[in-house]
Amino acid sequence: MATTGTPTNITQGSKTKGGIGESTLRPDGTLKVTGEFAYSSDMWHEDMLWGQTLRSTVAHAEIRSIDISEAVAMPGVYAVLTYDDLPTEVKNYGLEIQDTPVLAHGKVRHHGEPVALVAADHPETARRAAAKIKIDYAELPVITDEASATAPDAVLVHEGRDDHHIGHVPHPNIVHRQPIVRGDADEAAKRADVIVKGEYTFGMQDQAFLGPESGLAVPSEDGGVELYVATQWLHSDLKQIAPVLGLPEEKVRMTLSGVGGAFGGREDISMQIHACLLALRTGKPVKIVYNRFESFFGHVHRHPAKLYYEHGATKDGKLTHMKCKIVLDGGAYASASPAVVGNASSLSVGPYVIDDVDIEAIALYSNNPPCGAMRGFGAVQACFAYEAQMDKLAAKLGMDPVEFRQLNAMEQGTIMPTGQPVDSPAPVAELLRRIKARPLPPEQQWATAGEAADVRALPGGLSNTTHGEGVVRGVGYAVGIKNVGFSEGFDDYSTAKVRMEVVGGEPVATVHTAMAEVGQGGVTVHAQIARTELGVTQVTIHPADTQVGSAGSTSASRQTYVTGGAVKNTCEHVREAVLEIGRRKFGSYHPAWATAELLLEGGKVVTDGGEVLADIAEVLEDESVELELEWRHRPTEAFDLRTGQGNGHVQYSFAAHRAVVEVDTELGLVKVVELAVAQDVGKALNPLSVVGQIQGGTTQGLGVAVMEEIIVDPKTAKVRNPSFTDYLIPTILDTPTIPVDVLELADEHAPYGLRGIGEAPTLSSTPAVLAAIRNATGLELNRTPVRPEHLTGTESS
Amino acid sequence: MRVNFTVNGRKQEADDVWEGESLLYVLRERMGLPGSKNACEQGECGSCTVRLDGVPVCSCLVAAGQVEGREVVTVEGLADYAQHRQDAHPGGGCASGACGTSLDAAQRWQAKPADGRTGEAGALSPIQQAFIDAGAVQCGFCTPGLLVAADELLERNASPSDQDIREALSGNLCRCTGYEKILDAVRLAAARQEEAV
Ligand code: FES
Ligand code: FES
Repeated sequence: MATTGTPTNITQGSKTKGGIGESTLRPDGTLKVTGEFAYSSDMWHEDMLWGQTLRSTVAHAEIRSIDISEAVAMPGVYAVLTYDDLPTEVKNYGLEIQDTPVLAHGKVRHHGEPVALVAADHPETARRAAAKIKIDYAELPVITDEASATAPDAVLVHEGRDDHHIGHVPHPNIVHRQPIVRGDADEAAKRADVIVKGEYTFGMQDQAFLGPESGLAVPSEDGGVELYVATQWLHSDLKQIAPVLGLPEEKVRMTLSGVGGAFGGREDISMQIHACLLALRTGKPVKIVYNRFESFFGHVHRHPAKLYYEHGATKDGKLTHMKCKIVLDGGAYASASPAVVGNASSLSVGPYVIDDVDIEAIALYSNNPPCGAMRGFGAVQACFAYEAQMDKLAAKLGMDPVEFRQLNAMEQGTIMPTGQPVDSPAPVAELLRRIKARPLPPEQQWATAGEAADVRALPGGLSNTTHGEGVVRGVGYAVGIKNVGFSEGFDDYSTAKVRMEVVGGEPVATVHTAMAEVGQGGVTVHAQIARTELGVTQVTIHPADTQVGSAGSTSASRQTYVTGGAVKNTCEHVREAVLEIGRRKFGSYHPAWATAELLLEGGKVVTDGGEVLADIAEVLEDESVELELEWRHRPTEAFDLRTGQGNGHVQYSFAAHRAVVEVDTELGLVKVVELAVAQDVGKALNPLSVVGQIQGGTTQGLGVAVMEEIIVDPKTAKVRNPSFTDYLIPTILDTPTIPVDVLELADEHAPYGLRGIGEAPTLSSTPAVLAAIRNATGLELNRTPVRPEHLTGTESS
Repeated sequence: MRVNFTVNGRKQEADDVWEGESLLYVLRERMGLPGSKNACEQGECGSCTVRLDGVPVCSCLVAAGQVEGREVVTVEGLADYAQHRQDAHPGGGCASGACGTSLDAAQRWQAKPADGRTGEAGALSPIQQAFIDAGAVQCGFCTPGLLVAADELLERNASPSDQDIREALSGNLCRCTGYEKILDAVRLAAARQEEAV
């Protein structure tokens, strides 16, 4: 899908319209509102087949035998594949540790693991054929929590591990462990006048992006394959796909198709390899589209967590120390667990100054569903716990919870528990101040003078469960810190190819990157950057594919920073090349070509004094300039495996929330009345999109506060609610107004001073809602999501 | 089986339709109209919302056989449909709330017989334009269903309150936007309609 910037008229010497800082509209907006935008599930090819995955019905078992005979015999079935049909010796893939089988061999390790594949001429035929495959499972005991995973005689989820974490973990069922020790927490605890301890539980959240996992694989004549797919990182997929297909990377050509949301859930491979295998086997294009049920098994989830915290403070409200242990359940395969551990530990203190800390974070291998990346990535779980602790401390000290936080807030120059100094603005106290200063929404908005209550505004809404009796209001605050980009020494680069030429008398720029547009608006911002740097109005964004170098992942709030940075950098070099042509052609006519600082603006070459030297079109004529360059942010380093010390993060982002809730205490129903946010974005390249991202992130945090959880049976490790009927995400009725207050304190190390924004709002939203519910009810509430039975004390188990 | 029905004002005939095939499948895979989206296929998310004889329905829950002889409008036909309504009821909407699109009117309506996709004019309906302008589109997967539902709301109720909008769109999930900008878009479309009168 090629998208084109909107042309605008420009007057001589004026700034180019549609540059950074403006709320330009999405280039793909029209296609998306007319239904023409081609999402991965819309792909179609003549003569194509439909692929179907058969998934395990048990969580942990040996596979004794697989009988495909009946499935193969069905009319309309073109191929049935199992582990034995994999074409090479490489049979596993994985983001960091290659522990995930393309198709189960010998064993299944979680409910819903792929075991066999079918290709047929109608999706229903494929489904029926898959149902005819007979598998004989010999069930094994399941590992579902820390105790069962780390028992000395525990069954190993992966026997014979040989990844590089095995040397430093205390048990082979622990994927990775990161301690952080700074100062002396035990000694500092002696200075504490109050100490609070807490044990918190964070449920398993799902990304629940709306566009299902899907794509189309088309075999090509050279024996390779073309794959059109929705993903977050084309080149990472490519690296994992090519080896299991037994193909060199050049023979696997990937193009991004329309992505219906991602939120971390498309960082791992889902149907990519399966579709390619079926296409290569049948010689026909194969499309796979998961239904919602399968989607819940097709991607990793947010790590559920247990968090054990201890904080101390002096009676004048200064934090003395913090100790914590964070246990993340990574499920059956490693996915991004090691990196999630790094984040959870290094951000476990939150945006506060505490010099003496003792921290440990681990991720387990278990037979629960695999967990990996989701918006907020390890920082979310920690924020839920440390913010509850802050409220407890404030209450114990008789202090205002916001003032208590402000008193301990970090700022520029604070040293992180990893020893890394925070070297850009950290306006934590200011964000809290703004949130608190905002007028509260009016009380009892459901009450209508003299008439019946407007039940739509009450907890329970239209189901008319209350008319206001037993409804109490509460207000809660929270603030969080999230790192931006990939950390711990990861080579987190991006690549941009930019071309400039004259088309129809107008200078036009084309920006080609492999960045996955998943809805975040990167395509809008890249065009804005090119307009700003190159002074052209018309910018074409080339479709993202593997014909250009890697852009890295659309995750970790990094894409505008890193690929935006790459586009900026390449544009600067293109601009230099254009000016060089200008100097060659016109340098002898005007001394400014050699002496002045030159810019490209409004289609012209202008001096920094505003004098127009030439039209870009005259400079280029029929020449074109094209460059493809990599760009890197400043390097980071790994955390020490014993002390956790190291300059591991690139940048931090901060958001604060105030939640106002109304709770029906009789029925245990919660209505969030308002959820206000303040966030520092460094520089808003596109204010409209910035606000949209902040509201979206806030809503996902609201979801996990009051409704979202994948429920896994603790006895069988089977998923109980893989559907939108039973896994609830917020509707427009559950979502309150979300006023957004945007600060722009530039980070001098980042392109344009920007700060990654996508994740921070997901962190503090959840604890703010929980704090408000606690404030309304007086209950302790140490798990999320809060369900009615937790509020009414009627919990059965 | 064979199913005859009208899609975006154009007569369509689908052959060899399986018993269990949904209207959504027939639209997407047989008619070449992928605008209606397949996010849950269980009637929970509203991404597949179309109008069946004027009434918004989840097309994933409608068996193809049920649409025999009936009238379907998808997001691809929304602009033409809104244009037609504008011509029939200038100013749009209907204060009494009893206006809607009658079965009769729906059956009489014909979109321009273009390719059955976007209509040849290419102009956007007010609600489509408002979604773009208000920043209500992120990944956009929920957008077609929301547009169909919101357009129907504005047809019934020219100046809906926020609670009315929330109620009307409560069957449509969006995972990206937090809904605030979707509310903005519906308010914007309503305000523009009012201005146009
Ligand atoms: S796809 Fe029809 S309601 Fe979700
Ligand atoms: S914009 Fe992505 S689901 Fe609504």
